Amino acid sequence: MSKVLMKGNEAIAEAAIQAGCRYFFGYPITPQNEIPAYMAKRLPEVGGCFIQAESEVSAINMVYGAAGAGARVMTSSSSPGISLKQEGLSYIAGAELPCVVVNMVRGGPGLGGIQPAQSDYFQATKGGGHGDYHLVVLAPSTIQEAVDLVMEGFDIADQYRNPVMILGDGMLGQMMEPVEFRPLSSKRELPPKTWATTGYTGDRPRNIINSLFIDPQALEEHVKRIYRKYEEIKKKEVKVECYNCEDAEIIVAAYGTTARIVKSVIQKAKREGMNVGLIRPISLWPFPTSTFEEWAQREHVKAFMSVEMSMGQMVEDVRLSVNGRKPVYFYGRTGGMVPEPNAILSEIKKVIGGVSR
Amino acid sequence: MTKVFTRPKSLTDKPFHYCPGCTHGIVHRLVAEAIDELGIRERTIGVAPVGCAVFAYKYFNCDMQEAAHGRAPAVATGIKRVLPDRVVFTYQGDGDLAAIGTAEIVHAATRGENITVIFINNAIYGMTGGQMAPTTLIGQVTTTTPYGRDPGKAGYPIRMSEMLATLEGSAYIERVSVHDIKHINQAKRAIKKAFETQLAGKGFSMVEVLSTCPTNWGMTPVEALKWLEQNMIPYYPLGVKKEGK
Repeated sequence: MSKVLMKGNEAIAEAAIQAGCRYFFGYPITPQNEIPAYMAKRLPEVGGCFIQAESEVSAINMVYGAAGAGARVMTSSSSPGISLKQEGLSYIAGAELPCVVVNMVRGGPGLGGIQPAQSDYFQATKGGGHGDYHLVVLAPSTIQEAVDLVMEGFDIADQYRNPVMILGDGMLGQMMEPVEFRPLSSKRELPPKTWATTGYTGDRPRNIINSLFIDPQALEEHVKRIYRKYEEIKKKEVKVECYNCEDAEIIVAAYGTTARIVKSVIQKAKREGMNVGLIRPISLWPFPTSTFEEWAQREHVKAFMSVEMSMGQMVEDVRLSVNGRKPVYFYGRTGGMVPEPNAILSEIKKVIGGVSR
Repeated sequence: MTKVFTRPKSLTDKPFHYCPGCTHGIVHRLVAEAIDELGIRERTIGVAPVGCAVFAYKYFNCDMQEAAHGRAPAVATGIKRVLPDRVVFTYQGDGDLAAIGTAEIVHAATRGENITVIFINNAIYGMTGGQMAPTTLIGQVTTTTPYGRDPGKAGYPIRMSEMLATLEGSAYIERVSVHDIKHINQAKRAIKKAFETQLAGKGFSMVEVLSTCPTNWGMTPVEALKWLEQNMIPYYPLGVKKEGK
């Protein structure tokens, strides 16, 4: 299939349809409005259904119902709207329902702004809603990668019966790039949805979609079983890109849009005689802990620096992974401000100056 | 010997957890009988609320989903859109439907969502121990209106059926009561009609059932039935509020 030039948000929506998603429940919020608009137009063409819900709260609960009925279903929003979906996400994780949720992150807190940000990292990777649970969080840095991760995201959700979040930002949603909709390279064995509430005809036990366990012992067992699943996800679903790390004196950690900027900084640094590497977590949860561990043990790596569009969120996971082996620095812009290559480079120079002295 | 009375097929054999004299048991039975009589149990999916009926998924003998507090109409919408040929109902109390879930019920109705809602109005929060509900009557004492509900501070009881009847998407809305045999029979007819409305694809249907909560009202079951008749029905008049073609 040939490449087409598409806006990030629209490409994500088309990827969902290509992945067999036939139900979308959303609510307007900038900068993700092209996703519901695209779905509203396309879903009827493929026999699906789009509803503009009365709120994000309602939209995520429609996702709960549709996922529980066995469908491939998606919702999308941006930061303040994703906050409203946290109740539903906790219930979806608790009831072990598969779905894909897109967050085109904008600056916060509160109403914040509408420009790109990465300040929802904590919310996305540490639970967000109440209770012991995790989302699988995938952070694309190009539109092609967004398309591929949306398509794989539905499979991951179905395989583990767990919600998957695509964590983008306003930049990724709004820009255009050539993309190809291609079949997934890895075929997964997806379990049949024998648990879905499709009607109790007697050929299987009665199906109940539920996250209520009033007996604490039963609840603990339920949560521990979910966590055994998370251990498997941590083993099998880590995605990470290492760029120019061989011989690097300093390794930058960055994801999404920020990682693109860092790549151009690395070229610039090279021209100035500095060896800078990049570890780009693609799965933010599970976090590529062992990748950081490995590079932290290399002699040539003197320090790490996390670059984010936030006041420093992912840097905590970088520090936990590096675990004191090397110093970890941070540089970030927030509120919708995008870090400039020169500013990142001068921060890198400061760190190199400091650690080699 | 011929069996003349038995448990409906649409109820499991799990004993109800409800308090003595609570009318949830009656309404569960009426819903189950309606489902049995229409022969739709195998294609019915129920949505349980948060509140006293939170364990409804244990009692209705069909596939069930447990919703977050107030979100049952949204969950039911998701199910119905995926499985339009199935029968989908929610079972919700007054805190669930008329307070925290106001947006969900109003918009399910105005979309004409082809689902059936069984709405239990007993003018109080039961599960959490007797707090004021949006439907608590003026002067009624609850743990959060210890001096009686004062409209100057806590506003007025909300008439959901009348409110939802103003919406174009509502196809059938009726308020019934279960305080005596005659009214229980009427409630059964209404519940069955609500499911028939859905089966005919006419849109949103809801039956509001005036019910008792002897435990949190601080009354005997018999006193509670009397109190319902004398105090609730004058404020919440019974009858059909909306009926489409």
